[in-house]
Amino acid sequence: MASVTGSTLAPGVADAPPAASMRPLLDVRDLRTYFDTDAGVVRAVDGVSFQVFPGETLGIVGESGSGKSVTALSIIRLLQEQSRIASGKIVFRERDIVAMDEDDVRALRGDKIAMVFQDPMTSLNPVRRISDQLVEAMVIHGRHDRPSALRRAIDLLGRMGITAPERAIAGFPHQFSGGMRQRVMLAMGFSNEPVLLLADEPTTALDVTIQAQILDLLRELNADFSAAIVLISHDLGVIANVCSRVVVMYGGEVVEEGSTEALLADPKHPYTWALLNAAPRLDRNTPGEKRLTTIEGTPPDPLNWPKGCRFAARCPFRIEKCDEHPDLLPVGEARRSRCWVTQMGQNLPRRSQTHAAQAPDVMLAEAALATPPEPILELRNLVKHFPVPKETPFSRQQVVHAVDGVDLTVYRGETVGLVGESGCGKSTLARLIARIHTPDSGSMTFEGREIAFATPAQMRPLRRRMQMIFQDPYASLNPRMMVEQILAEPVRFHGLAADEAGLRLRVNELLSLVGLTASAARKFPHEFSGGQRQRISIARALAVAPEFIIADEPISSLDVNIQAQIINLLIDLQERLNLTYLFIAHDLAVVKHISDRIVVLYLGKVMEIATSAALFAAPLHPYTRSLISAVPIPDVAVERIRQRHLLQGEPPSALNPPSGCRFRTRCPLAQDICAQQTPLLIEHRPGQWAACHFAGQTDPAQRYAS
Amino acid sequence: MTDSVAVSDDVQVAAIELRAESTSTRGQRWRRRYGLAAIGVAIIVAWMLVALLAPWIAPYRPDLVDVTQRLLPPSAAHWLGTDTLGRDVLSRLLYGARVSLFVSILVVLLGAAFGILVGGIAAYAGGWVEHALMRFTDLVLCFPPIILAMAIAAALGIGTVNTMIAMLVVWWPKFARLARGLVLVQRHQEYVEAAHVIGYGPGRVLLKHILPNALGPLIVLCTLDVGHAILVFAGLSFLGLGVVPPTAEWGAMVSEGRELVEQWWCATFAGLAIFTVVMGFNFLGDGVRDWLDPRARRR
Repeated sequence: MASVTGSTLAPGVADAPPAASMRPLLDVRDLRTYFDTDAGVVRAVDGVSFQVFPGETLGIVGESGSGKSVTALSIIRLLQEQSRIASGKIVFRERDIVAMDEDDVRALRGDKIAMVFQDPMTSLNPVRRISDQLVEAMVIHGRHDRPSALRRAIDLLGRMGITAPERAIAGFPHQFSGGMRQRVMLAMGFSNEPVLLLADEPTTALDVTIQAQILDLLRELNADFSAAIVLISHDLGVIANVCSRVVVMYGGEVVEEGSTEALLADPKHPYTWALLNAAPRLDRNTPGEKRLTTIEGTPPDPLNWPKGCRFAARCPFRIEKCDEHPDLLPVGEARRSRCWVTQMGQNLPRRSQTHAAQAPDVMLAEAALATPPEPILELRNLVKHFPVPKETPFSRQQVVHAVDGVDLTVYRGETVGLVGESGCGKSTLARLIARIHTPDSGSMTFEGREIAFATPAQMRPLRRRMQMIFQDPYASLNPRMMVEQILAEPVRFHGLAADEAGLRLRVNELLSLVGLTASAARKFPHEFSGGQRQRISIARALAVAPEFIIADEPISSLDVNIQAQIINLLIDLQERLNLTYLFIAHDLAVVKHISDRIVVLYLGKVMEIATSAALFAAPLHPYTRSLISAVPIPDVAVERIRQRHLLQGEPPSALNPPSGCRFRTRCPLAQDICAQQTPLLIEHRPGQWAACHFAGQTDPAQRYAS
Repeated sequence: MTDSVAVSDDVQVAAIELRAESTSTRGQRWRRRYGLAAIGVAIIVAWMLVALLAPWIAPYRPDLVDVTQRLLPPSAAHWLGTDTLGRDVLSRLLYGARVSLFVSILVVLLGAAFGILVGGIAAYAGGWVEHALMRFTDLVLCFPPIILAMAIAAALGIGTVNTMIAMLVVWWPKFARLARGLVLVQRHQEYVEAAHVIGYGPGRVLLKHILPNALGPLIVLCTLDVGHAILVFAGLSFLGLGVVPPTAEWGAMVSEGRELVEQWWCATFAGLAIFTVVMGFNFLGDGVRDWLDPRARRR
C-alpha cells in the first residue's frame, strides 16, 4: 500500500521561458481593483500587469493584503459587491474580460478558466454528493450529457489520485479529508479541460506531506493537460516547487517579475530579498546564529499608499530617490523590478551578511553544556483518550487516541521542538502539560513535582513557572479587555506587584520587553495587527515571570516576515530571561531553526527524538525522512537534486490506529513484524531515539537505484 | 462556489466589513441603521416619564369611582372617556404604565439573570452538571408558558408579586438555553484556555472572561423580551390573575373593556398603549442587535 517515489523531478523548470513571439493566453494590463468603504477607497490592486503564456506555470507571491487574491478574483470577476474593477484590461484569448457581460463571464468560469480555493473544507457543498457536484460542472457548460459526465468524473478522480473512485464519487464531502477534497476540487477544475487554472493558496490549509502530494499533482496536471497554472501563495518554497516564472506583489503592485530560478538566486527587489531571508531554510545550517533577517514595520495602508516607493518605509537599502514612485522596469534578461537601487545596476547583498556583526555567544552555549543538564519537565507514558459521543446508547464507546503513551524529557534552558501532521496529538500534548486537560494515565513531573493529577489549587503556584502561548492571535486575547487589563490581571492574581504603581510599571516593562510602546496599554486587542497581538500574547505569558513556556504553533498564522520577527523575539527573550521552550509547529524549517532537540509525533506516539542537527542530517525513522523531504525549498537548484521520499495516502484515523507500529500503513519499509510488534523508543545513536524496527535503514527505492 | 471565495487578505476582510455605498453620507447611514431604534428609545423614554410623573399629570385619581359618570365617551373632561365604574381612562392609563413597565422590566431582568447563571454554569461545568441543569430547563420549557404561569399564579393567589413570581418561573429557561450556547462557543476559545493556564478559578473565568463576551445576544433578547413580558402580564391580568382589582393595569383594562363593544374607548386605548411599548422595545432590540454586531454596525 505504501510506496515511495524517489523522483528527482526538476520542479517546473522544464519549460523554457516564453518566447517573445508567443501570444499570451492571459494579458493583465494595468489592472486596478478598488473597494469602496466607509473610510474611503481601498486600492487593493493598483496597476498590476503581467502575462501568462499557454501551458505556463506562473506563481504570484506576496503577504496578506498585497492584493494577490484580489487579482485572481478580478480575473474571473468573482469580486465581492463593494469591490469594482476601476480600470485596466484583462485580455484572455483576445477578449477583454473586464468588458464582458455577466453571461459571457459565467460561460468562461469553470470552462476555460478554472479556480481552486484555499479552504477545501468549505469549497464543496456539504449536502450534495461529490458525483452531483462534478457532473453538474460538466453538464452546465454543455460539454457532456449526464452518463458521459459521470464516466469522466470517475476517470478524473482516479487521475487525481483518489483510490477506488467509483466508490468515492458517491460520497459526501464530509467523508473526505482536506487533501482529498482538494483533489476533488482539482478534478472539478480540470473537468472541462480549462486552458487556465487559478489556484489561490491551494495547499495552505494542508499538512506538509499532503501539500507535497498536491504540488506533485499540479505539476503532473500542467504537463498532462497543458493547462496554464497561476499559483498564488505566500510560500516561496511552494512557488519554487511548481512555477517556472514568478510575480512578486507588494502594496497592490507587482514589484518584481522573473524566472523562478533567477529570482530566487538573485532577487532584484528588496522585498523579495527580505521574503527569502526571513524564512528559515531546511537546507541551510546556521550554527549558533539563530536570529533571522527581518524587515521592520508593517505593510503600508491600502487606503493611503505612500507617494514614493511603497516598500521604502521598511527597506534596508533605501536611498533618497525612493521618495519618487519607481516604475516596473527591466533589470537584466527577462526580469523586471520596481526598485531604484537595482535599476541602477546595484546588487542586493547575499543572504545573512547583514547579520554577521551579531556574533553568537558560543562561549555561553559551551558553558551551559559543561554543567549536567537538569530536567525541568519529564513525561512518562502519558496517555489521553477522548471519548467520541455514541451514536446510540448501545453502540460501543469509541475513543480518539490523541496522546497514546508519550515519554519526553525537557532540560532547563533548551528549546524542544514538537512536530507532526495535524491530528498527531501535538496540541493535546501541549494542553496536557499545561494541565488544561487532565491525562488519563502516566506521570508528569515539573521541577521535580508530580503534576499529572494535581488539583487546580496544587497547580496554581506552579502556573507562575509554566506558561503557554497560543496559535491564533485573534482568539487568544479577550476582546473585551484592554491590553493593560490583560497584562495586569495575572500579575495581580499571583500577587506579584506591591501596589498599583508597581503594577503599572510592570505592564510597561512587559510591553517594552515584547517590543511594543507604552501607548498600547490603553488599546483593545482588535486595534492591533496579528503580529502585534501575538506579542501581547507573549507578554501575557511573561507577566508571571515563568521559566518554562509552551508555544503552541505561535507563528503559523502569521506572514513570513512577521514570523521572523516573532521568532527573533522568542530567541531574544530566551537569552535574556533564561527560558525553556516547548515549541510546537508543523513548519519543519522553523522548528529546525529554533530548536535544540526535536520530537516527531505520529498518531499520538513519539516516532523519533534527536538533536536538531542529527535529525535533519541523518533521520532514523522513515516517517521523519518523509516529513523532511516533503518540505519545499525556495531554491530551484536544490530542489532539482533533492532526493524525495513522498508519502502516499493519508494518516489513518486516531479512532482506530493500526496495530503494532502506527506508521506501518504508510511506511516504505513495513514488514510483517511491524503489524505484530509495537517498536519501542530506543536510543540507536547517542541522544537519538527512534521507535522503528528498521531504524536507520535506507528505503528500498534507494537501494534499487544504486 | 462563489460563497467560498478565500478571503485571506486583510484588506478584503476589512472591505467586506466596511461594505457601504460611498454615495451616502454618515448621517444618512446612521439614520438608516438606527433611525427606528431612536424612535423606539423615544417611545420607551416617553412612557417611563409618564409612569414617573403619573401623580402630577393625571387629571384624576385612577381609583376614583363615580358611578354617575360611567361609560362616558371621550370628551373635554375625560379625554379618553370613563369606564364602567366611572373612572377616568386616561388617568388609569397613565398609572397603569407604572405597573406594566415595572413588572415587565423586572421580570425580564430577574429571569435573564437567573437563566444566564444556570446556562452559564451548565455550559462551563459540562458533564453531569450540564445534563442535570439542562434537562431541568427542558422540563420547564415543556409546559406552555402562559398555562404554567396561570397555574402557578392561581395557586399563589391574585396579586402583582405573585404573578411576577409565576412569570419568573417560566421566564428563565430561554435565557438558560441561549446563555449555554453562547458560553459553549466562548469556552473553547484560546483566551479562555489562557486564563486557565494563568490559574484563574472557574468563577473568575466565567464571570470576568466568558460572560462579557457572551452578553451581546443576551442583551438583545432582553430588550426584545420586555415587550413580550408586557403582553404576558397583560394576558394574565386579562384573565383576572394579574393585579388586585382597583389597581390600574393595561391588561386588566383591556380585560374589563373587552365586552363593551359600544364603549370601544375602555379597551382600545389600553391596547394601543401596550402596542406602542412593545413596538418601542422591539425597535430598540433590533438597534442593539445591529450595534453589537460589528459587521452589521459598519454596513
